[in-house]
Amino acid sequence: MDNSMDVGYSADDKELKFVGKRTNRPDGVDKVTGRARFGADARLPGMLYGKILRSPHAHARIISIDTSKAQMLSGVKAVVTRDDFEDRDSEFVPAGEMMVNYRDMVRNIMAREKVLYDGHAVAAVAATSITIAKQALKLIDVTYEVLPHVIDVVEAMAPGAPLLHDDLFTDGVEPKPTKPSNVAKRLEFNMGDIASGFAGADEILEKTFDTKPVHQGYIEPHSCLASFSENGSAELWCSTQGQYLVRAHCSKLVGMEISKLRVTPSEIGGGFGGKTVVFIEPVALALSKKTYRPVKITMTRDEVFRSSGPTSGGNVRVKIGITKDGKIMACEAELKYQAGAFQGSSVQPGCMCAFAPYDVANVNVIGWDVLSNRPKVAAYRAPGAPVSEYAVECVIDELAERIGMDPVDFRLKNAAKEGTQTAYGPKFGPIGFVEVLEATKALDHYKIPLGPNQGRGIGSGFWFNIGGETCVNLNVNEDGTLTLITGSPDIGGSRASMCNMAAEELGIDVGLINPIIADTSVLGFNFLSAGSRTTFACGLATIEAARNAIENMRKRVAQLWDIPLDAVVWEDGAARPASSNAGVFEPMTLPEIAKIAPKTGGPIAGHAEINAQGAGPGFGTHMVDVEVDKETGHVKVLRYTVIQDAGKAIHPSFVEGQYQGGAVQCIGWALNEEYVYGEDGRLQNSGFLDYRIPLASDLPMIDTKIVEVPNPNHPYGVRGVGETPIIPGLAAMSNAISNALGLRMTELPMSPPKVLKAIKEAGV
Amino acid sequence: MAKQHVTTTVNNDEFEFLCEPKASMLDVLRDELNLTGSKEGCATGDCGACSVVMDGRLVCSCLILGVEMEGKSIETIEGMADGEKLHPLQQQFLDHAALQCGICTPGVLVAAKALLEKNPDPTEIEVRYWLAGNLCRCTGYDKIIRAVMDAAKEMRAS
Amino acid sequence: MAGGETEMEVEATSVRQIFRHLQERFPNIKSHMVDDISVAIDGSVFQDAWLKKVTENSEVYLLPRIGGG
Repeated sequence: MDNSMDVGYSADDKELKFVGKRTNRPDGVDKVTGRARFGADARLPGMLYGKILRSPHAHARIISIDTSKAQMLSGVKAVVTRDDFEDRDSEFVPAGEMMVNYRDMVRNIMAREKVLYDGHAVAAVAATSITIAKQALKLIDVTYEVLPHVIDVVEAMAPGAPLLHDDLFTDGVEPKPTKPSNVAKRLEFNMGDIASGFAGADEILEKTFDTKPVHQGYIEPHSCLASFSENGSAELWCSTQGQYLVRAHCSKLVGMEISKLRVTPSEIGGGFGGKTVVFIEPVALALSKKTYRPVKITMTRDEVFRSSGPTSGGNVRVKIGITKDGKIMACEAELKYQAGAFQGSSVQPGCMCAFAPYDVANVNVIGWDVLSNRPKVAAYRAPGAPVSEYAVECVIDELAERIGMDPVDFRLKNAAKEGTQTAYGPKFGPIGFVEVLEATKALDHYKIPLGPNQGRGIGSGFWFNIGGETCVNLNVNEDGTLTLITGSPDIGGSRASMCNMAAEELGIDVGLINPIIADTSVLGFNFLSAGSRTTFACGLATIEAARNAIENMRKRVAQLWDIPLDAVVWEDGAARPASSNAGVFEPMTLPEIAKIAPKTGGPIAGHAEINAQGAGPGFGTHMVDVEVDKETGHVKVLRYTVIQDAGKAIHPSFVEGQYQGGAVQCIGWALNEEYVYGEDGRLQNSGFLDYRIPLASDLPMIDTKIVEVPNPNHPYGVRGVGETPIIPGLAAMSNAISNALGLRMTELPMSPPKVLKAIKEAGV
Repeated sequence: MAKQHVTTTVNNDEFEFLCEPKASMLDVLRDELNLTGSKEGCATGDCGACSVVMDGRLVCSCLILGVEMEGKSIETIEGMADGEKLHPLQQQFLDHAALQCGICTPGVLVAAKALLEKNPDPTEIEVRYWLAGNLCRCTGYDKIIRAVMDAAKEMRAS
Repeated sequence: MAGGETEMEVEATSVRQIFRHLQERFPNIKSHMVDDISVAIDGSVFQDAWLKKVTENSEVYLLPRIGGG
C-alpha cells in the first residue's frame, strides 16, 4: 500500500470484540419480513413497462426490422432498435478496472448486423401495461436470413465451421492468420521444460474432459427501472453486483456523461458473477430517453436462461507425469472454452489456475477462447477455474491411486507454499494450502467407513482474489451513532462484516453503526461485489475510514485540551491522554466529541479512497461421500465437508454460508445442470423444471471447517472466500463417483442417464 | 376481456379491486396491492419464491389467477410478524444466518410456517422434502433446515 | 510482443518507470502495458499500481489482469 496508513496484519493477541463474532445482520429483519426492496420491487408514477423482442434463431442475418405497426398500437410509447444505439469502435478499453470491448457490448444488448444466439435482443418497446407491451412485440416484423449455427466448442474451432464474425482473426498465433475464424485467441503459459519433466516421470496419465454450459442460477431475474429527465440526466435502479460499472457501461452506450447518470443498486437476489455486466439496463434507459417516463424492464426466467450470461462449456485435456513416490514432474493442459457470441471467455484465469495449487517445475498450458452461437458468457464465481481444476484434480486423483498413495498425502507432498513459483508468474506469498490439507486429513469425515456402491472423493482448488478501487465514508452523527457508507452491494451479509471491522477499530458497540450501500452519486468509484473482494477491499477501506475518523476526533480533543496530537490516544471508544505527562484530562467518549463537533470545527467523518492491493489467495478442499444407484444412475450425496482458508473469518456465519452455497453449486454442476440445445441451436431447458438445480431434498447438511492463515496485507488477515468454494467440488464429486463405481466418467454433468450409460459401457 | 371486480382478504385486511383476467395472484399482490414481499423467480411454479397460503393451503401464487382470490383469505410474508415481534421462524433464520441474498427467504418462511402448522415435529428429511419446492441458490439449504428444526423445537416448547 | 524475450533487467524505481522503459524498448506493447496487466513485485500482486516502488533487486513479473465473478 502506498498511502501513509499502516494497514498490515498485526498478530497481537488483543482479544477481538466484534471481528470474528456472529453479530446481528443489519439488513436481516427487512429480509425476513419481505420489506427489503429487490430489483423488481421499485415503481414510479407514470411508469411504463418495457419488453424485449428476442431472436428465435441461433444464427441469422437481420435483413430488416419494421416496427411501424407496433408503434401505432395504442398504449405503446416508444420502440427502440439497433438504430437507437450508436456503434462503437472495436477496442478493449478499461471501464473501471475491467477491459471491455464496447463494440461487442453494444451488439450484445441489441443485435445489429446479425443475431448470434437464440434469445439475442433485436428490439424493445415501452407501453402502459405489460399486456400491451407483449402485444406490441408480436407486431414487430423482423426478416431474418437464417444461417447455419455452431454450439460445441470443438466443432466451432474446426475449419469450415459456421463463422460468427468475418472480422475476427485469431490473436496469439504466428504467422498472423489471413482467414477469420471463431477462435478469438490462443494463450500459452510456459515454465521449465515439460519434455524433460515427462522424461523423468515414472507414471504419466493423459485424459480429456468435457463440460457443458451452466447458468449461475440466481433466483432473482434481472430487473431495472430507468428514469430520464428532460434535463439530460437519468436515474437507474437495478439489481446488480456493481452500480459503478453499470454507470460506466450505460453512460457510454446511451451517450451521456458519467456524472449525469445516477445508479442505485437494489438489494440483489443472487449474482455469482452473472450480474457484473449489463443486459437490459441500457435498453430501459434508451426507452426512457424517448418518452421521458420511467421504464421498468424485468427479465422472465426464460429470458434469464436464454439471454443473460451463462458460463462456458469446455473441453480440457490434461497430462501429468509423476515419480513413483508421488512427486509431480510435469504438467500439461489444453483448454478450449466457449466464449459465446463475442470474445472473452474465462480461459485465461482457467489456464492460470489449472496447476497453481502445486509446486511443479515444468508446466505448459495452452488456452483457446472460442466463439459459438450462445449468449456471451459472464463470470460464474471463480470464472474459468472450476472447469480447469476439475480436469486436473481428476487426473491427480487417478495418479495417486495408481501409486497407492492417499489422495490427501499426495496433494500435501506437492502443495504450493509460500515462495512456490507459479506458472503464471509470481511466487506465492503466505498461503494456507498445506494447513487446509492437514485439516482435511484430520476430519472425522475422513474416517467414516463406506458401504457398497459408495465412494469418497476429494478435490482442491484456489482462486487469486482481488482488491480494487474502493471508497468509504464514515459519518459521526450528532448523537454519537455512526453511518457507514459503502459502495459494493451486499450479496451475502458483507455489510455486517464491515460494521464488525468499524466497531472493532473504533472500540464502540457494533449496534451503534448503521451501514448504507450507496448509489453512485454518493461515493467515488467502487469496483463491484465480485472477485471475492468485498470483505477484503471494502473492509480495508472501512478500517482506513475508521482510523481516519479516529485521527480527526483525536485532533479535535488535542485542540480542546491544548496538547499535541500525539499526546492523545484512542482506546475503547474514547480519546485519552497518552500518559500522565500529557496532563490530567477526563477521557472524552465518541458521543461526547460528536455532541460538541459544531463548536470544534464542524461535522466529523472518516474517509478512504483507495485501490486495495494485496488480496490473499484462498485455497480450499472438498470431501464428499456418494452412493450410486446402479439401476437408476442416481447419485446420492451422503456427506460433504468444505475446508477452506479464510485468512480471518470476520463473521463466521457468512463465511460458512459461502462455503456451503458454493459446494451445492458444485453438486448441481457435477450432477445435473447443463444447457440442452436442440438441432436448431435453441435452448430447450430454459426453466427451473428442466434446468435442474439442487433442492433441499437432494442434499445432506454441508459441513464446514474454516482454516485461518492470515493474509499479511489486511489488518485482520482477511482473504476473500466467495469464489474458491465453486472450484474443488466438481472433481470431488467425480472422484467420489469414480471410487463408488470403479470407473471414471470424463464428462459433466454426471446425470442419471449418463451414469447408466457409463456403467453399461464399462460392464460394471 | 373486461377487468373483473374482486374482493379478498390478505393478512386480515380486506381489499377490493379490478382484476385483469389474465393476471396471476402474484401480479395482483405485487402490482395492485403493493405487497412486494412475495417474489417472482420463474412464474411457472418451479421455484417457490412466490409462496403464499390461500385458505390454509400452501400455493405458488404465480399459478393462481388473481380472480381466484375472490372471497378467499390469503396469508403472505408481510403478515408473518406480529408488529415488531418476529415469528420464531423469522428469528431463527436471523440467528442461524439462514439467508444470504434473501430473495428466496419470504417463500421459504411461508412454506416452513405452513409445514409446522401441519406437522409441529418434523424430521430433517420431512423438512427437506416439504421445502423441496423452494429453490435457494445461495445457502445450500443447510442453515435453512437447521433454523426450521430449531423453530419447531421452540414452538413445541411454548 | 517482446520478440520472445521473457526476462530482462531494467533500471527503475517505480512500476510506472518500468512500464516506460519497456514501452521504449518494445513500442508494440504500449496499450497493453497501461491497461491490461497486473504486476507482481517480490510475490505480491498489484493491479493498477503505477506508483508502487520497486527496490534495487526487486523481482517483477508482468501477468494478466485478474478478475472475478
